[in-house]
Amino acid sequence: MYDPSIIAASIINGLMTGAIYSLVALGLTLIYGVLHIINFAHGSLLMLCMYGVWFLYAQAGIDPYLALPLVAAGAFCLGYGLQRSVIGKTSHGRDEIILLVTLGVSIIIENIALFAFTANERVVQVPYDIDGIDLGITFLVVPQIAAFVASLAITAALWLFIARTYTGKAIRAVAKERQGARLVGVNVDHIFAVSFGIGTACLGAAACLLAPTFPISPQIGYIFVLIAFTVVVLGGMGSFVGALIGGFIIGVTESLGGLFFGESLGKLGISLIFILILLFRPTGLFGQRM
Amino acid sequence: MLEVRDMVAGYGEVKVLHGVSLDVGPGEVVALLGSNGAGKSTLNNNISGIFRPFAGMVIFEGQDISGARPETTVDLGIIQVPEGRRVFPNMSVRDNLEMGAYRRARARRTQNIDRIAGIFPRIAERIDQLAGTLSGGEQQMLAIGRSLMAEPRLLILDEPSLGLSPLLVEEMFALIHQLHADGLSILLVEQNVVQSLEIANRGYVLENGKVAMSGPASNLLQDEGLRRSYLGM
Repeated sequence: MYDPSIIAASIINGLMTGAIYSLVALGLTLIYGVLHIINFAHGSLLMLCMYGVWFLYAQAGIDPYLALPLVAAGAFCLGYGLQRSVIGKTSHGRDEIILLVTLGVSIIIENIALFAFTANERVVQVPYDIDGIDLGITFLVVPQIAAFVASLAITAALWLFIARTYTGKAIRAVAKERQGARLVGVNVDHIFAVSFGIGTACLGAAACLLAPTFPISPQIGYIFVLIAFTVVVLGGMGSFVGALIGGFIIGVTESLGGLFFGESLGKLGISLIFILILLFRPTGLFGQRM
Repeated sequence: MLEVRDMVAGYGEVKVLHGVSLDVGPGEVVALLGSNGAGKSTLNNNISGIFRPFAGMVIFEGQDISGARPETTVDLGIIQVPEGRRVFPNMSVRDNLEMGAYRRARARRTQNIDRIAGIFPRIAERIDQLAGTLSGGEQQMLAIGRSLMAEPRLLILDEPSLGLSPLLVEEMFALIHQLHADGLSILLVEQNVVQSLEIANRGYVLENGKVAMSGPASNLLQDEGLRRSYLGM
């Protein structure tokens, strides 16, 4: 039997990773909640953002954490422009077309990345990556703590934005009642693009938090998008709270699975949860609300 | 105030309106009557800018707004309460009302919420409840409350009595009468012929995408043809 302190340590580590999963899933769930589509380009946009972080680090020597506002703002503009000028224009208002367009966009982005950056892994090394706090049962390094704190802060800020501001209210209005939103004078195309932009900005922030721990390659998006998808299904499509709690559950599952069954076999736990949720509670833990 | 001239409109290839003209003067209640499928909602949505008319003109206070976007018509004060209410079910009653002031009168939204709470006490009691949990009648009141938040210059009411109990229908018409008395211009789209004409100044009867009859409400109420086709008398 394992020592409880080892299990506790594993849970803490899982929570730290889970916070980033939440952030990636938050972007996915927001876009789903408003546009009613799964954004297949989510993984490739995350990858693109990570290259952005690497570029700023390698070319301008900007610390990935300091780059966060810049990358998030850039990602917002990218997402806004993509929705407004490509996805929205080609979809003719039909959801199934949007789905295929995002898939097409992801293929294009990946191949451009492969061409421009090659398949070689790029590394962002911060000088303080082994500094940290000793909790007694486990040692948390700066990238873990930063990822945890920043993810929670961003989630909270986003929640406040959606709940309190007029733009946030317009996003919620468009999510459930497009016609009603048009009639109070909401520019629905603009709100679609803002939502897509915010979803992409979440990826920009996540990219900064991931870059110090994960080597960057054109395929990196897949790992996270698969997890994010599981988180969104687990938490409930379109649910903010669901994305947050779901991220933590998946993070802890992965960590404990790794502890008990080893690194690669432990990942089975995530897929297992995915299948169980689809079988027994297809609406996810927190249903359909936003 | 509002002039619709020879509007031809529809969906895709299908024409629903074949040249409709209609006026609403300042402070007037104009009833737009007609059976299901006559083109009443098509006309509304082409005035509001949800759809673009194929031909014809919409003029509001001297300004040509044919084919303008809904943001523009809302900016000008043309506010539509759509058929089926279209409130935001996932948002609180208060947030629904605030959305009414998304483009107009945003600075006065707190006073306006208080004013609307006075008109609809039942809405006021449920101010923090989700709109999706309200009854049909309460949602209709919320939809009207939301439209008043924009301080409309022309209010378009699309079938406000649809699906309401007889008692609530009475209440609804009393409210429209009150809004009229306060000086609001209203285009009232209804199937409820008698009650609409009783509170309206003038009326239009739409049949198969054309104006079949029009005139002062009192004249229409006396009209034999109208009584036969709509009232079975």
